[in-house]
Amino acid sequence: MTLGIVIVSHVAGLAAGVKTLVEQGAADVAITTAGGTDEGEIGTSVAKINAAIESNTADEVLAFYDLGSAKMNLSMAIEMSPKPVHLYDVALVEGAYTAGALLQAGVDLATVQEQLSQLKIK
Amino acid sequence: MLTVETIAQWMNGWTKDIKANKGYLNELDSVIGDGDHGSNLARGADAIEAALLTAPDDVPSTFKAVAMAIVSKVGGASGALYGTAFLEMYKESQRTTDMVKILDKAMKAMEKRGDSKPGEKTMLDVWEPVVKAAKRGNVTPIVIDDAVESTKDMKATKGRASYVGEKSIGHLDPGAVSSGYLFHNLFEVGLVG
Repeated sequence: MTLGIVIVSHVAGLAAGVKTLVEQGAADVAITTAGGTDEGEIGTSVAKINAAIESNTADEVLAFYDLGSAKMNLSMAIEMSPKPVHLYDVALVEGAYTAGALLQAGVDLATVQEQLSQLKIK
Repeated sequence: MLTVETIAQWMNGWTKDIKANKGYLNELDSVIGDGDHGSNLARGADAIEAALLTAPDDVPSTFKAVAMAIVSKVGGASGALYGTAFLEMYKESQRTTDMVKILDKAMKAMEKRGDSKPGEKTMLDVWEPVVKAAKRGNVTPIVIDDAVESTKDMKATKGRASYVGEKSIGHLDPGAVSSGYLFHNLFEVGLVG
């Protein structure tokens, strides 16, 4: 079983930027993003989040988001997705980076979750 | 009676109100949120109207068409919350044609989605009293307006408005206002009373 990361942000550039940062320490981890609305405006889109989950090559994904409504759209996408998704209420940048670094090091999901629990902010 | 036609009438009334008040909803949202509630919902309103141009087969598929239009076009918290509400109506209407039961389920699904309760200056502050009144059969336009007005003095503890805390007091919640339009139209087509 492989684990990947999905980054959801209200802004496409922010999602892409977090991905770039996380990749630096997690070159072999599958990371996909969903940023902005379908119109390219500020917001989140269930369709884009769905695509980020489905196009991620990992069997299961860890999902990180920026602000509250991103979580709501993320949870809708999760309900529609056949792929297992773990959602974390943690600081976006720190959370995604921590998960990436640990997954790159081959750590198991329980250990990643233990580390992430310390970054819970919302 | 709950039929494809009455739902379509209800929705057409709501989308008309949303589009007529797009600027007002944006204005309310710009004081305490991100200023896009009217624009987001207006985009959804167009999508709802388009989805109902050809009448769906039955009541559940009508609710589903509305839900999908909202989920795919509105975005943001309001898209997720109204989308969740109509998806739940789609599910519940397969079991019952009792609009009060359907609304109650939809409200509970919204509470769960937003991890929110009444009293936090959100659309739930309109849903909760109106659904309660619907259970007793005494929904009136005044009940709806009072519920919308009640959000004015509340301090936001959920949603984007919660970031401004005390400063949210004294302003109507935009989601409460758009839910007010939803219920006024529901009352007008006679689906609640």
